[in-house]
Amino acid sequence: MDAVILQILNGLDKGSAYALIALGLTLIFGTLGVVNFAHGALFMIGAFCAVTLQKIFTLSFQVVDETQKDFLGNPLKVDMPYVEAWFGESFGGGLIEWSVPLAILFSIPVMLFVGYAMERGLIKHFYKRPHADQILVTFGLAIVLQEIIKANFGANPIQTPAPDMFRGSADIGMLLGFDANTIIYPYWRMIYFAFAAIVIGAVFAFLQFTTFGMVVRAGMADRETVGLLGINIDKRFTIMFGIAAAVAGMAGVMYAPINSPNYHMGMDFLVLSFVVVVVGGMGSLPGAVAAGFLLGILESFASNSTFKGYIVDFLYLNGTFTEKLIQGLDQIIIYLVAIIILLTRPRGLMGRKGVMED
Amino acid sequence: MSKSNITRRGALKTGAVAGAGLALPTIFTASSAAAFTNEPTGGTVTLGFNVPQTGPYADEGLDELRAQELAVQHLNGEGDGGMLNTFSSKALDGTGILGKKVQFVTGDTQTKSDAARASAKSMIEKDGAIMINGGSSSGVAVAVQGLCQDAGVMFMAGLTHSNDTTGKDRKRNGFRHFFNAYMSGAALAPVLAKAYGSERRAYHLTADYTWGWTQQESIAAATEAMGWETVNNVLTPLASTDFSSYIAPVLNSGADVLVLNHYGGNMINSLTQAVQFGLRDKMVNGKQFEIVVPLYSELMAEGAGENVQGVFGSMNWNWQLTDEGTKAFVKSFGEKYGRPPSNSAHTCYVQTLLYADAVARAGSFNPCAVVEALEGFEFDGLGNGPTLYRADDHQCFKDVLVMKGKENPANQFDILEVVEVTPRAQVEYAPDHPMFGGAEASLGECNSGA
Repeated sequence: MDAVILQILNGLDKGSAYALIALGLTLIFGTLGVVNFAHGALFMIGAFCAVTLQKIFTLSFQVVDETQKDFLGNPLKVDMPYVEAWFGESFGGGLIEWSVPLAILFSIPVMLFVGYAMERGLIKHFYKRPHADQILVTFGLAIVLQEIIKANFGANPIQTPAPDMFRGSADIGMLLGFDANTIIYPYWRMIYFAFAAIVIGAVFAFLQFTTFGMVVRAGMADRETVGLLGINIDKRFTIMFGIAAAVAGMAGVMYAPINSPNYHMGMDFLVLSFVVVVVGGMGSLPGAVAAGFLLGILESFASNSTFKGYIVDFLYLNGTFTEKLIQGLDQIIIYLVAIIILLTRPRGLMGRKGVMED
Repeated sequence: MSKSNITRRGALKTGAVAGAGLALPTIFTASSAAAFTNEPTGGTVTLGFNVPQTGPYADEGLDELRAQELAVQHLNGEGDGGMLNTFSSKALDGTGILGKKVQFVTGDTQTKSDAARASAKSMIEKDGAIMINGGSSSGVAVAVQGLCQDAGVMFMAGLTHSNDTTGKDRKRNGFRHFFNAYMSGAALAPVLAKAYGSERRAYHLTADYTWGWTQQESIAAATEAMGWETVNNVLTPLASTDFSSYIAPVLNSGADVLVLNHYGGNMINSLTQAVQFGLRDKMVNGKQFEIVVPLYSELMAEGAGENVQGVFGSMNWNWQLTDEGTKAFVKSFGEKYGRPPSNSAHTCYVQTLLYADAVARAGSFNPCAVVEALEGFEFDGLGNGPTLYRADDHQCFKDVLVMKGKENPANQFDILEVVEVTPRAQVEYAPDHPMFGGAEASLGECNSGA
């Protein structure tokens, strides 16, 4: 039982990331009708907002320390961050330590701008082109963005730790009455899940309870009629693109302490997030969120060799070729579930008839 | 009326087959009159440096390229000469190789076998490279070694640690200076048993490709020989970035050691996440839970930051060694690039010098003559102490370093410390060892491309 709870918890944080990216993808597809393969790159740029802010805070000048030697035997040049020199060790050091949470504030304007520039500068020229063209241009854009990041930050993952008070892990098992050390879960992953829930809630509330949201929803249902009513729906959709970019960016910032950002992280999430969108039902925001969490949890269970062992024992498959297939289940589970769901519910979990269909 | 059987389609087919047939023998043989592939005829000789310039190991590749460029400078008599001054063989005199100025071309392996083969092929066919050096992945090394063997050029492997490179996939035209997974296991196990005791239960997470498999097999066998028990081995996809769902089951497995058979970005992420899940703060079976990373690199350790503190691993070479060869290389490299060289940079630099030296001693660029000069070659002064290029499998035998993440690093260069220099005798094995392809493994015949 403790192992089940642990895998569910594990699935929730990965599912949170899938849900946040899929939410943005669905928003863009629902409003602009564009299949945005660069959305993973926005998640990655978000994570690099955290890296950038950390780099800005740790911008340093060098002080020669005669007591230490560098690798060549010369006096060591020690890096002294400007913020520590200007604001003192406690406040300056605190800024550096809190760079990831602060990067959320930093990322929102950056991502809104990136989203706006992307939509106005490139993607709007492809609205009337076939989906294949949109996929090609956004995929190309994703490659360009990740190469720019690699050229600037290198190929290795960059450590972006959470503030000290959120490092370490909680013994959740003890709270639930299990033995000590059976269910241990890092604090930051719990924060990530809570953060994802708040952002998802905020996006839904924005769409549901504001006039702007109402117009956007109406535009998603029937763009032409809304346009005929004299509402500039294009402008609103551009803003939605910016919001979707900001959501992906914030998801990336908060993910940075979980998985050290590298230039390729967007691609890693992108394909799976598309599967999430399709499984949830094209154009369905609740579907995207539900499918994100569902697939995250399923992937987590499929990675657990103990559970796979149970399946093998239960089906008497020991020593067979199928056993090997089941051992590799974690690599195919998402696609397998996608196939099953699309065969049984071709519009996905919450897709409705007539939405995104000609 | 006579009817011709020649149709347009038939003619096209015949033409295509004939064309392909004519073109085939010319692959890899730029000049059919030459005695061997890419025989240098002018005043220069071209070496091909095939390293990951993009992809997950690009930082390792960049460091390798720096070292290769430095090696070429030293061969051509530029700079301070680096390890040429400390190398036991004195066949090289700083006038290039056999009087020919050394130039080089580079290729990008992208850490993908097919891309690496394509770039090596291009350097051999278009640029006339006579030797290929580099690589930061065993999958790539095995693929490129096979290609070089078929093309009739030398392959001087860079960073490749799988047993297979000089094991079941060994080739006569290929040589490896870097150590291997078996040696890591043989060097690490006694140190681990001494530090953590002989009654330990180990859980392995292993990258699912040739290097991971042989690394896991080697370290499991070596630690089991010390009395450890292997509780489980879970293969993780090479493309994984989030290892949390693989790490969580470790908590309840009864294991008290986690062995991460991961490299590069995989290792940075899996180690960081294992620490996040509080594994190192745990007490299991009355013992402190420990993490082991069998293969270390400076660049990886830098990426994992403070998470490497106190973690054991092994290395082929480290810039902190105090022998004259190491000092000379670190000085040349450090003054040129402002940073100490990594162990992948070192192996590429040394391999380039060893190749050039073998050509000089053989008096010929013919790969078969170079192979002969390298087989059984004993040398010193290149940073690893007395070293042997064993003729049976083209593997270098030398001391191995056991490393540990420093508990209180004083500065950015002070991340790892050398715990033990394991003597060569302790990491030696028979050429027909079962982990290295057994009795069937063979180098095959030398191919000069003639």
